[in-house]
Amino acid sequence: MIGIYLSGALAIVVALFFIRNKTIEYSLTGLFLILQSVFTIHAFLNIGVTELVYFTYDSLGLLLLVTLSIIAIPAAMHSRIYIENHHENAQTRAIYLSALVMLITAISAGYLSNHIAVTWIFTEITTLSASALIYHHRNKLALEGTWKYVFICAISITFIFIGILFLSLALQHAGSYDLSYSNLLAKSNELNPVWLRMAFLFIFTGFTAKLGLVPMFTAGIDAKDTAPAPAGALLASVLMNLGFVGIFRFYIVIANTPLLHWAQLVVGSAAFLSLFVATVYMMKVKNIKRMFAYSGIEHMGIVMLGVAAGGIGYYAAVLHVVLHAFVKASLFFQFNQLYRVFQSKSIYHVGNYFKYNATGAMVLLLGFISSTAMPPSGLFVSEFLIFKSLFDAGQIILLIAVLLLLTMIIWSFGKNIFKVLFIPAVGFDDSNVEKISPWESFSQFLLLAFAVYLGLNPPAIFVQLLKESVSLLPVY
Amino acid sequence: MIHVLLITFIITLFYMAIANRLMTYIKVLALQGVLLFFVVFIQLNEINTLNLVLILLETIVFKSVAVPMFLAYLLKRNNITREAEPFLPNFVSLVITTFIVVVTILISNTIKDVHLDKIFFVVALSTLFFGLYLIATRRKIITHVMGYMVIENGVFVLSLAVGNEMPMLVNLGILLDIFASVLILGIFLNKIGDVFKDVDVDQLSNLKDY
Repeated sequence: MIGIYLSGALAIVVALFFIRNKTIEYSLTGLFLILQSVFTIHAFLNIGVTELVYFTYDSLGLLLLVTLSIIAIPAAMHSRIYIENHHENAQTRAIYLSALVMLITAISAGYLSNHIAVTWIFTEITTLSASALIYHHRNKLALEGTWKYVFICAISITFIFIGILFLSLALQHAGSYDLSYSNLLAKSNELNPVWLRMAFLFIFTGFTAKLGLVPMFTAGIDAKDTAPAPAGALLASVLMNLGFVGIFRFYIVIANTPLLHWAQLVVGSAAFLSLFVATVYMMKVKNIKRMFAYSGIEHMGIVMLGVAAGGIGYYAAVLHVVLHAFVKASLFFQFNQLYRVFQSKSIYHVGNYFKYNATGAMVLLLGFISSTAMPPSGLFVSEFLIFKSLFDAGQIILLIAVLLLLTMIIWSFGKNIFKVLFIPAVGFDDSNVEKISPWESFSQFLLLAFAVYLGLNPPAIFVQLLKESVSLLPVY
Repeated sequence: MIHVLLITFIITLFYMAIANRLMTYIKVLALQGVLLFFVVFIQLNEINTLNLVLILLETIVFKSVAVPMFLAYLLKRNNITREAEPFLPNFVSLVITTFIVVVTILISNTIKDVHLDKIFFVVALSTLFFGLYLIATRRKIITHVMGYMVIENGVFVLSLAVGNEMPMLVNLGILLDIFASVLILGIFLNKIGDVFKDVDVDQLSNLKDY
């Protein structure tokens, strides 16, 4: 089935690029969404099956694939609204839609691959398609954002490749040449620790460009800022999850070797630094879209802290990744409506949003509550579990520092959001503000509600998948 | 023989560290491509014809003809001044490059591994760090791209070190090389030349938080 999916998606990408008829393009995108859903259902019914040698429908991949397929539908809908509002010409529309489809396909395949080199290849393809999306507006700012993204991603992809080379050296000591995750795990005790350390450092650093963690987070911020908001939603949620998959699958291998404590130290310090950096920027940032992006850095920092802490933290980390994707995607979709009202990204030119678009303002308010993990947000559950895991691991001082940083983030996030919602902007001329249909916000409410539902009352199958995806990690 | 080639490769790095003109950089990149081809030819003993053709295409045609020609074309078309404009004096560059090479030799001496030829490791790692250094200390965007090409060459050497056991990895390296170069060079350097007339990193600072 994955063969059909990949070739079908490729055919749709090519068709979208060359057929420049609006109706046909929209129906092709719809067709792709159907293909994506059918593929997801197929994956769901065949848990544990390996197809085309390199793709396995395992529980971690499946969880994130379902997340992606759910977010892909509103992303396509909002893209359509975006294209219609901007009166895009045939060429930019064709490039946008085909890059969007290619991005979703590459991310799906990257989630499911069971071989580190295949994950790497699909990560490369996401860079290509994401850069086409970032360059959408074809102005100076877009060019600058694209250039930075492409350059940093190219370097990070090279780093991952160097890591893979070191990993192959480590593997040769075990007398094996198969770089699939299952083989790495089976041979984990025979891997050469020196090369394994080098491999982990390089692969971790490389994937941080996608995950949005110190040291390579900067590229992602510029990308999410300059890409159109519906595409930015994908970059800020499901593409970050691809970085998480890349690191987490390799972390599972290294966690089963004596290097576990060293790896915890590396991941933990990168995570804490990310939280710190996110706090500093959140206090300062005046661009609303970049504020959402920095909030993503903060969340990924929390996720990786959970991974480093271990125990219940593993479970909570995967849960947090899934829930964060829904919330952040919803906020980015909403941003586009905000921009249509105020025609500005700057906090100084935006204000009193409730007066102009009450439904959208509700999304922003609920999204703020969700992403700062206040109850009843689902993220509250996962963050609470991550804090518990830090407590269990005996990292009280770290926990206190993290809580202090989070308080500062909530304060600055809240300050900006309430300014947007309630305080009128100085000198804003509201005579010809665009009326936005409340129905456009419907999907955003659904995503937010879904995050609450999955966090507070998770269905049994969801819990089972979460447990399975962390079952290979050592318990202590 | 292979050691001579690899040591020549290291010497090209020193030459690049003190070179003043962008055309010199381009010529050194072309030379590195040729050197890499001979290294591959000697190093990979059990190589099939298809693979050899691929590697030939990559090193000779791509690395030492196509990319340098394209870079030279870009220089001309965008009227980029011929100076490299480093932030640091050449003497300091030379000292730092020496430092990089010495440190990688010291690192590689601590590693005892029968599966790895040490000289490959030294060359690869010092090329990698030199490339990063080049990116960090040159002002023009086109020199950043050249720094990236140097990094790619280092990675290629490293992939050759494990290439006899895992030829797949060499091919993957080639894939990366072509993919990233085409993406960076073909699409964006072209566009950046059109939009920003004098291509300088100082102009790429408009994306701000406020």
